[in-house]
Amino acid sequence: MASGLARRIISGGSLFRQLAAVTGLWLAFTAGTAGAQETERSGKLLLTGGVSSIEGAGGGGLAPWALITAYGAAGQVGANLHATVAELPDYQFRSGGIALGLQDRLELSYARQSFDTGATGARLGLGQGFTFRQDVLGAKLRVLGDAVYDQDRWKPQVAIGAQWKSNDQPGVIAAIGGRDHEGVDYYVAATKILLDHSLLLNGTVRATRANQGGLLGFGGDRNDDYSLQFEGSAGVLLNKRLLVGAEYRTKPDNLGFAQEDDWFDLFAAYALNKNLSITAAYADLGDIATFEDQRGLYLSIQAGF
Amino acid sequence: MRTIFGLTLGALLVLTSTAVAQPAPWARPGEEPIDPYAVTDANAGAEPLAEGAVFEAFGGAEGVSRIIDDLVDRSVIDPRLEEIFKPTDLVRLRRTLKEQVCFILGGPCAYTGRDMASSHKDLGVTTAEFNALVENLQGAMDAAGVPFRAQNRLLAKLAPMKGDVVER
Ligand code: HEM
Repeated sequence: MASGLARRIISGGSLFRQLAAVTGLWLAFTAGTAGAQETERSGKLLLTGGVSSIEGAGGGGLAPWALITAYGAAGQVGANLHATVAELPDYQFRSGGIALGLQDRLELSYARQSFDTGATGARLGLGQGFTFRQDVLGAKLRVLGDAVYDQDRWKPQVAIGAQWKSNDQPGVIAAIGGRDHEGVDYYVAATKILLDHSLLLNGTVRATRANQGGLLGFGGDRNDDYSLQFEGSAGVLLNKRLLVGAEYRTKPDNLGFAQEDDWFDLFAAYALNKNLSITAAYADLGDIATFEDQRGLYLSIQAGF
Repeated sequence: MRTIFGLTLGALLVLTSTAVAQPAPWARPGEEPIDPYAVTDANAGAEPLAEGAVFEAFGGAEGVSRIIDDLVDRSVIDPRLEEIFKPTDLVRLRRTLKEQVCFILGGPCAYTGRDMASSHKDLGVTTAEFNALVENLQGAMDAAGVPFRAQNRLLAKLAPMKGDVVER
């Protein structure tokens, strides 16, 4: 059901149709739980699971954080669905998926990403509307610390994670110099919430061979080895529902045919309640497959239960 | 000989304490009796804030008192928490909580309650319940108009107490 839904969201076409699909689902869900409005459901505090990052893990928009997604506390399971769209000058990125947070300890996630080349596809010789699709399975384990409660010490919450990625275009990837259409990223993330400054900080180190996150395959003619990349996020809590911040993600540059740039965004994540949050960002994804300055609006909706 | 001395000392103590009419430092009239314990500010479980601005933002001792009353009012009717608070002496809980928060915010209060570990021993409080109480506190602080950043200064002091309060 999950992947069917994700597929429906992704093939849904317009941004609004996709958001409407998720919102409809959310409404159907809350209709069943109406009444628990005044006192929010049990579990974790608002936004302490992060939002859905582009690869499906709980985090910011671009980077996974050490926080475990959803509102399940110790002894509980939480889950959420997400739909994300980034409108870029020459491409459209879409993602939909599901994530589970178990006992605030283990996170399992699945995301299906689509990278739609639209009219650019024809100019790249791939054909109008050519779309790369990638499945990302993620697992993340909190290994030490607690970002929320450890306010009397500097120790951050630390998690280790892996993302198994499989791209559906091995032929094109080989043609542009990529070595594989499948790959695994490994990461360590450290998150600290400095409540007395209303600040959230995250640093993630990722070992990866992925080109553009895997959308253009893994390894390349220029470099085929794993490299260590850094992803940093900083956010200010303006109130208990609203986190605004910035992220920076360094990337490898493995392919000879086109330069790959680091990613950057400015984001605002808003939790309407524990069932629904929306993230809007201005994302600068740099050059992608010879098309320069891919900057645009990133919108993500997350429905939790 | 020793018993006589002990009895005399005991009688003397009772005499002096009734003469001055000082209640035990751990109890107040109108509250249920409680086993004696050592009274110290250290029982509050956190160092007080140094500057007075946050205490001001809470509306001083009066503001804290209103916020704690609201917190307790919310929590005893909260379906997530009501069972736990049913047997509680709410008169004492309100008093000690007000003292504790006033003390931690750097206000002119002494904390006379028990430490967090002994107060919550055997209650079986869960993380979800801890968070539910924090949400009620946020609700009470919102209702009192305490700015978000000042709220977080208090929450930063309370959050590490989770280790002493939560048992499961
Ligand atoms: C940081 C969070 C908390 C603080 C600062 C706090 C503070 C206090 C204080 C000052 C007392 C009275 C101590 C005394 O009588 O000497 C108390 C008692 C109590 N607390 Fe908490 N508490 C916290 C969390 C919780 C939570 C999450 C629950 C349950 C959901 C809870 C339930 C109780 C109960 C039932 C009592 C009365 C125990 C008895 O009658 O012996 N507390 N707490």
